[in-house]
Amino acid sequence: MKIFICVKQVPGVSEVKINPKTNTLVREGILSILNPNDRNAIEIALTLKEKYTAEVIALSMGPPQAEEVLRETLAMGADKAYLLTDRAFAGADTLATSYTLALAIKKILSESDPEEKYLVICGAQAVDGDTGQVPPELAEELEIPQVAYVLNVEFKENKLIAERKFRAVEIVVIETKLPALISVLNDINEPRYPSMAGIMKAHNLEIKHLNSADLNADPSKIGLNGSSTEVWKIFVPKRKGDRIILRGTIEEVVQKLCQNLKDDKIL
Amino acid sequence: MSIIIDEDQCTGCGNCVDSCPYGAIELESNKAVVLPNCNLCGICVEDCPVEAITLERDKASTEKIDLSQYKGVWVIAEHYKEVVHKVAYQLLGKGRELSNLLDSKLTFVILGANFDEELRDFSEYGMDEIIYIKSPLLKDYYSDLYVKVISELIEEHKPEIVLIGATPTGRDFAPRVAKRLHAGLTADCTGLDINPETKNLLQTRPTFGGNIMATIRTPFSRPQMATVRPGIFKAPVKIKKEVPVKVIDYNFTEEDSVSKIIKFINTSKTPVNLEDAKIIVAGGRGVGSKENFKLIEDLANVLGAELGGSRITVELNWLDPDRQIGQTGVTVSPKLYIACGISGAIQHIVGMENSNIIVAINKDPDAPIFNFAHYGIVGNLHEIIPILIEETKRMTLNKE
Repeated sequence: MKIFICVKQVPGVSEVKINPKTNTLVREGILSILNPNDRNAIEIALTLKEKYTAEVIALSMGPPQAEEVLRETLAMGADKAYLLTDRAFAGADTLATSYTLALAIKKILSESDPEEKYLVICGAQAVDGDTGQVPPELAEELEIPQVAYVLNVEFKENKLIAERKFRAVEIVVIETKLPALISVLNDINEPRYPSMAGIMKAHNLEIKHLNSADLNADPSKIGLNGSSTEVWKIFVPKRKGDRIILRGTIEEVVQKLCQNLKDDKIL
Repeated sequence: MSIIIDEDQCTGCGNCVDSCPYGAIELESNKAVVLPNCNLCGICVEDCPVEAITLERDKASTEKIDLSQYKGVWVIAEHYKEVVHKVAYQLLGKGRELSNLLDSKLTFVILGANFDEELRDFSEYGMDEIIYIKSPLLKDYYSDLYVKVISELIEEHKPEIVLIGATPTGRDFAPRVAKRLHAGLTADCTGLDINPETKNLLQTRPTFGGNIMATIRTPFSRPQMATVRPGIFKAPVKIKKEVPVKVIDYNFTEEDSVSKIIKFINTSKTPVNLEDAKIIVAGGRGVGSKENFKLIEDLANVLGAELGGSRITVELNWLDPDRQIGQTGVTVSPKLYIACGISGAIQHIVGMENSNIIVAINKDPDAPIFNFAHYGIVGNLHEIIPILIEETKRMTLNKE
C-alpha cells in the first residue's frame, strides 16, 4: 500500500497586509510555509501508516525552494518526497496542477508495482488560492473515486471506509474501493511536530526532482497553457458601511442604537 | 508561455514589485526583472500603469473551440435528504441577471427521486426551464453519479455558464465535472458579471486570505463554471409561472456507483443554522474568555439570534467550530449582525459584509470593523451589552 500526500508551499497569508496608501500587498517579512491544512493530511497518512503497513510518499509542485516544505513533511515522518518543478509548470490553474500531480503519481506507481493499492490524501484547501478544487480534479485525472471533507478513515479488506462531513451536524459514512482519494478538513486532528530524530533523518533524505520531461508531460496541459482560467484583474476590497459612530453615555448609545434599529425595521 | 516586460515601456516605478504576491519581481538598473519563482499569476499585468507587462500563452492553448455554440445559464441544485439547499435559489437570482445580460435562457437542473410535487414550487423562482434527472437512488448524493449525469448533460446541451453552490457537495462534484470537460471553474465567487464587450463571465473572488479580490475569466473554454457560497446572492421574488419541465429517467442501482453510503450520522449537537439566521450576534477576541461568551449568548437569546464568532474564538475553544464566520467558516447575510469585540480582520469581513445592518461594539476606535459597520459603539462590551440586553427586553415587553 502506498499513501500519497500532496502538499503545497504557500505565503503565510494571514500576515499579508495591504498598504492603504498604495493599495498594494505589503510582503516584507512574509515567510513561505507549509499549507496548514496539509499538515492534517500528513497526520492522517502517518496515523494510517502506523495502523496498517504503508509507504508514505509526499509530492509537491512548485519552485525549487518548495523543497523546504517537503523536508518538513519528511521530518514529520513521510518516507519519500518528490518535487515537481519546472518553469513550464508555472501559471497552472487547478486543471493543470491536477494533471501534473497525476502524472507524477502514475510514474511512481509504474516504477514499483503498478497493481499496488494506493490512497491519495490532500488537505481540503490551500490558504493562498483557497479553491479546494485540486483534490477532486486529481481523483478525476487518476480515474479513482474520491471522498471530500473526510473526518475519519479506515481500511477494511481493500476497501476504504470514510466519514464525510455533509453539513455542520450531519455525517455520511461512505465505503469505496481502493485506490481512492480523500481530502481532509483542518479541524480533524492535531498534526504532530517533527521530532529531533525526524529532522535529522529528513536532512539526509534525497528529495527527487521531476520536471516536465521526466513526467513526459503534454506541453498543452501544464502550466498556463494547460489552464482554462486566468486572472483578469486584481483589486483591494471596497469598504462599505455608513460609519455612524453613536456617542454619549452607555445608556444613551444603547437607546440610540435600538431606536435606529427600530427605524430600520430590524427590531 | 511566458511573462514579458517591455523594457522600453517600463518606467521602473516598482508597482509590480509591490503587487507581486510571490516576491518574484525586482528592479535592476531601474527596470523590472522577473525572477525564476514567478508563478505567472498575472497580478502584475493589471497593476502596471504603462502596460509594459504582458502574459503570453502559446498559440496552441488559445486555439478556440467554437464558443458560440454554448448558450444559456444553468443552476445546478443539490439537496440533503430531499431538502433543496437554498443556495440554488440564490443562484437563480444571480443567474437571471446573467441570462438577461446574455439574452439567453435560465435553466434549473436538479437530480433526485421524489421531486415531482415540488416542481411547481421550483417554477415560482422564475427560471425558463427545469431539467429533472430522476432515479430512485438519487434521493441521496452519490459523487460519481452526479459527475457522470451532469457532465453528459452539459456535453449534450452546451450551456455557456454553470453555477453551483460552494457547499461540501458542490465542492465535491463541480471540480470533477470541470476536469472531465476541461472547463474553467472558479471557486467561491462573491461577484459574477458579464464583460459587456467580450460577453465573457467575470468571476470575482477573494484570494490570499481575502486580502485581495481577483476577477477571473475563462476566455478559451466553455462552459464557464463557478461555485458560489450560500448567502452571497439573494433569491428572486417568487412569481406565478408555468415552466416547461424536462424529466429524464435513469434507473441507477447501487451497483452503478463505486461508492456506497453505509449510514448517516446526525451528531447530537443542536444544528447551527447561521446561513438562515435573521439576526446574528458574534463575538471576537475582545470578549476575553469562554466564560464571558455567556454574555454574548445572552444577547443572542433575547434577540432570538444565532450565535457566531471569529476564527480566533474557535481556535481558543471559546466557541464550536461550526459557529465560525469568515473566510474559513461560513458566509452569512442576516438582517442584523452585531459584532462584539471583533476587530474586523478581512478574513472575517468577507464572511459577513453582505449583512443588511452591521453593528460593531469595540473598545478600539481604530478597529477596522468600524469601516464596515452601519452603527458603531466605541466602548467596553462588558458594560454595554448588559444594558443592551435590558433595553431589548424592555422593547419586547412594550411590544407585547
